[in-house]
Amino acid sequence: MAQAVGERVGASANGANVAMSIDHVTKYYKTKTGQVHALEDINLQIKQGEFVAIVGPSGCGKSTLLWGMSGLHDLSKGQIVLNGTPVTGPRPEIGMIFQEANLLPWRNLRQNINFPFEIKRKKVGPYEDRINQLLNEVGLAGFENKYPRELSGGMQQRASIVRCLSYDPEVILMDEPFGALDAFTRDEMNLLIQKLWMETGKTIIFVTHNVTEAIFLADRVVVLTPRPGRVAHVFDIDLPRPRTIDETFSPPFIEKVLEIKDTIMTGVYTPRS
Amino acid sequence: MASELRETIPTFGEAGGEEGGAGLTNWSALTGASTAKSAGEIGGLILVAVLLIGGLELAVRHFNVAPYVFPRPSDIGSSLLNDFDSFWPHMKVTIRELLVGFSIGASLGIMLAAIITQFPYVEKIVTPYVLLLVTTPMIALVPLLMLNYGFGSTPRYIAVTLAVFPMVMINSATGFRRTDLAKIALARSYGANTLQIFAKIRFPLALPMIIVGLMVGSIFGLLTAVGAEMVGGKNGLGNQLQVYASLIRMAQFWAIILLIALIGVSIYVIFFWIGKRWASWQA
Ligand SMILES: Nc1ncnc2c1ncn2[C@@H]1O[C@H](COP(=O)(O)OP(=O)(O)O)[C@@H](O)[C@H]1O
Ligand SMILES: [Mg+2]
Repeated sequence: MAQAVGERVGASANGANVAMSIDHVTKYYKTKTGQVHALEDINLQIKQGEFVAIVGPSGCGKSTLLWGMSGLHDLSKGQIVLNGTPVTGPRPEIGMIFQEANLLPWRNLRQNINFPFEIKRKKVGPYEDRINQLLNEVGLAGFENKYPRELSGGMQQRASIVRCLSYDPEVILMDEPFGALDAFTRDEMNLLIQKLWMETGKTIIFVTHNVTEAIFLADRVVVLTPRPGRVAHVFDIDLPRPRTIDETFSPPFIEKVLEIKDTIMTGVYTPRS
Repeated sequence: MASELRETIPTFGEAGGEEGGAGLTNWSALTGASTAKSAGEIGGLILVAVLLIGGLELAVRHFNVAPYVFPRPSDIGSSLLNDFDSFWPHMKVTIRELLVGFSIGASLGIMLAAIITQFPYVEKIVTPYVLLLVTTPMIALVPLLMLNYGFGSTPRYIAVTLAVFPMVMINSATGFRRTDLAKIALARSYGANTLQIFAKIRFPLALPMIIVGLMVGSIFGLLTAVGAEMVGGKNGLGNQLQVYASLIRMAQFWAIILLIALIGVSIYVIFFWIGKRWASWQA
């Protein structure tokens, strides 16, 4: 029985289904001054319901990889397979959360949340309860008629999380979503993301340059090398959940932080003894 | 056009930062003007009007200013009341010229701006010619147009259209050029097609500048309509200015000037409120 599952196509070794498979992904940008080699032969399997963080030095190709996964960008070589089908354009199973909430300033909060439905020509009606519950959960109930400029940075990013979760995508891609927030708001957002992830069981791929944030959130942390981005090492984070902000100051946590920072700096993993 | 996204990861923070751009005006010109709100401010406004008009009246009487130099404000006022019935048909003519020319010119301007900004090459070629239209006073064409179209309304419709079109076009183009890649990426991530991206991202982004263009365009249209009527034709407020000036009936002359100003101020107020309603997110 277990063997049969293990042999199935699209299933990983330990039996969980693969949500996304990144196979030999290479990316060159063509520029006026020549080619920029952004990614080189990236291979990764992301399991359904897994939380994967991608970290690496600035300019190493984190965004390039994520935007490739979203189907918004082409790849030069290799392919990304989502639920068994190669990604060739934006897919309904995917939701994106951008750096700086990226709300539409001419729409109020509720109209912003309705935006994906308008584009997808989907009725909001059946999702009404879900949206209200999400708004409650992130503390935005009662702000439906406010415009983005009337909301704080943290509130805007929470609104964009609701916008993303509202239509129930399976896979969520986040590109440094909290990079512009202050440290306290960031902690708050990380706790919220952990909670939502534990409740919904979504597959989340989270790009960040903040190592603590990556370890706090992720099941696995993928470290990329400087340009061209290659996978330097994949760290398993087997800390129990739910994790607390306090734990980020504990010795085993800090040990992990140092290990990962060292790998980012040198581009190779050397275990600390 | 889609390729601009396929190869670019939007950088954030500087999104939509093309303020001012190549447009002739910018949004702050529209909303920047502070308007009287409190009772005190409105009272002040009225007081200034009373002092101004009363002062003029006294000065004209005291210095025995000849009516052909400047009539008494009270005479202008009574002309407005007594002669309005004879002014009104002409006012309707001017307003109709403005509405017809504005509708055609503004639609053309917005459409052309929307299309042209999608093709940088075409835009570079066309823009200098549009600027030429902006800077050429269209009234100058009226005698020529009259040779072809006679003394009717047609030459004026054409002149107003030609005055409105480039103003709307150049400002709208500035608006449509503000492509915010992050917002386009957002729409595309939901599977938006080109038309949806236009209707739901590009157009709303451009709207504040379009409204500025419509406002400036309509004021230019009014100036051109009145000017064209002064150049030739047998009706309209501009024509009546000529008539009353030649008869040295200055109370009527100034009453008509006030009516033209009234149309201009109404245009400003209308677009101010449209801007407040549809573009206040910008401020
Ligand atoms: N549109 C582009 N054209 C040319 N080079 C690009 C483009 N986008 C990104 N790059 C380059 O590719 C590399 C990876 O970029 P990016 O994925 O944004 O890195 P990261 O998100 O890790 O900071 C960088 O060196 C960047 O300069
Ligand atoms: Mg990046």
